[in-house]
Amino acid sequence: MPALRSAASGAAWRRRLAGLPILGPGVLFLFVLAVLPVALVTVYAFFERGRFGGVEYNFTLDNFVRLADPLYLGVVLKSILIAGAATGIALLIGYPAALFISRLPKRWRTLALIAVLLPFWTNFLIRTYAWILLLNNAGWINQGLQALGITTEPVAMLYTEPAVVVGLVYMYLPLMILPLYASLSSQDAQLTEAATNLGSSPFRVFRTVTLPLSAPGALTGCIFVFVPAMGNFIIPELIGGGKTVLIGNLIRDQFLKARDWPFGAALALVMTAFLVLLLVLQQRASRAVSEGKTPRKADA
Amino acid sequence: MTYGPDTVSASQPLLQLRSLSHSYGSVQALHGIDLDIAGNEFFALLGPSGCGKSTLLRSIAGFETPAHGEILLDGEPLTALPAHRRPVNMMFQSYALFPHLSVEKNVAYGLEAEGRGKAEVRRRVGEALETIGLTKFAKRRPGQLSGGQRQRVALARAIVKRPRLLLLDEPLSALDRKVRAEMQLELKRLQHEAGMTFVVVTHDQEEAMSMADRVAVLNAGRLEQVDTPVALYAAPRTRFVADFIGTANLLDGTAAAGGILLDNGLVIAADHTLPAGTAATAVVRPEDVALAGAGTGTLSGTVVDTFFLGGTSTVSVQVPGLSAPFTCTVRAVQVPQRGSQVGLVIDAARTVAVEDDRAASRPGAAQETVSS
Repeated sequence: MPALRSAASGAAWRRRLAGLPILGPGVLFLFVLAVLPVALVTVYAFFERGRFGGVEYNFTLDNFVRLADPLYLGVVLKSILIAGAATGIALLIGYPAALFISRLPKRWRTLALIAVLLPFWTNFLIRTYAWILLLNNAGWINQGLQALGITTEPVAMLYTEPAVVVGLVYMYLPLMILPLYASLSSQDAQLTEAATNLGSSPFRVFRTVTLPLSAPGALTGCIFVFVPAMGNFIIPELIGGGKTVLIGNLIRDQFLKARDWPFGAALALVMTAFLVLLLVLQQRASRAVSEGKTPRKADA
Repeated sequence: MTYGPDTVSASQPLLQLRSLSHSYGSVQALHGIDLDIAGNEFFALLGPSGCGKSTLLRSIAGFETPAHGEILLDGEPLTALPAHRRPVNMMFQSYALFPHLSVEKNVAYGLEAEGRGKAEVRRRVGEALETIGLTKFAKRRPGQLSGGQRQRVALARAIVKRPRLLLLDEPLSALDRKVRAEMQLELKRLQHEAGMTFVVVTHDQEEAMSMADRVAVLNAGRLEQVDTPVALYAAPRTRFVADFIGTANLLDGTAAAGGILLDNGLVIAADHTLPAGTAATAVVRPEDVALAGAGTGTLSGTVVDTFFLGGTSTVSVQVPGLSAPFTCTVRAVQVPQRGSQVGLVIDAARTVAVEDDRAASRPGAAQETVSS
């Protein structure tokens, strides 16, 4: 019996090990680059700061208590406002764009999607510097406004909060358009026809059928924009001139300037938890909307 | 009978199609269709896929704009109206139920689009759900229903506005056999009770023949024949109709006095008015043939196969000089042995002669690729 059992479990083990060459690299990658850092951040958040960075291994909750400081709460609030504004504007620009692309003839659609993604092929920093050239007092936009006689003095645009929002919208707009496009283009065209046939004007068809059915895609797009916008620290630095401190900047500064790793870790942890919560809510909402799409009881 | 082509011809037809033509790029989908459909008629558009029947239906609904011709409803041109203003409702092949709305909201959709009051909407939706027997499922989403239930919801949604004309695109194709038979009866009952005109598109001849008062057979964008199911079967006017509807032995030859002269010199007797010498086909239904002793009858041949079907059997007979085996239906007890020699007695009175129009074939027929 023991011999038999070990032979059986040996076979099971061999089967498990056979999957390793395929799964192994992915698991290793995930462990080193995702699990380990998150674990480190989690652990650091509960210890005291070391003098020159690092941590002293004395357990404390002070790092979380400090989050309630109005100074930091203000940063969090401002981050939410700015990322929220960027998300809202990206939705307002992205939705019509995605709708338009999804209604294009097939061969034009691919071309349009490539055009949407094209900026990603250029370096992130270079594109951000391009915005500085556009927005500064002697920049193209101010030159244009003055040439048209709309203003005589240059309008201060660079290093303002709206400029940060513009930069974030520009950076993350494709992440809004793509899920929206996927959602809109996979909608059954017959649904639109059915709504029309039942007497709905084109606008009512959009309001009652196209829009609600694309809500999960819109929500996904919003999360895709909101999450990285919350954490971005390069755009506030370069386009906002460092005057606008967002949570991304705050976290970076805690690690690199203030050398307060535990507080930086606490900030990062709370933000991650907040974003995970958003993702869970988004999952719930999408499922509620598309419930009709996935037959459950009847066909099971 | 309250409807049918004879009784309604006196009044104005509900729907009139006047030389309707449509093409997709270089492919012509409809060639000058002229068709009258009477009020209260159950009408079927029947044809193989790509024959243009769906294009025709979509043109009536307003989803296609025909290149030429006119569509009149009650004598008023429909072509000028956008799709959402046409007093015509449609049941889609995929049902096209709104997945984000409950059953009752789906059914209410058309009434709400009309701006009906809440109380009226609730009452009429309730009635419609009762008609289709889905009152209990009012709060469910379409995704939680079976195929047959979804089909009923689609039907309720299409009839709740009480349209004069209801278009049904392959209404039964997605259902399994048993449910399909039930729904056929239900559609007929509903059409009769509601006093609506139904226009059904289908590729299934059984469906068309069993439900419709009249059937239009379409082929490659042209109307081959518009007739009652019985007439289509007993008196096909073209070779295509004879071939498409039911089973038929098609004997190709040329028109001659008193019948069709086959290539092997035999004459199949049939009444006809075709000019002598034109390419023609004798249409003989399997049940209009009787088996006789070898050497007697119109044709003789060897039994190559028999198929027992219960009450009857189908016998395939290879006749020298004919390309395809000749099929006849006999009572099951009379089935001859395979390989035996038999004579075939053809009922001349029921044999139909049609022109063989395949040579003068339509230019569009070969390139017809539009799927319906």
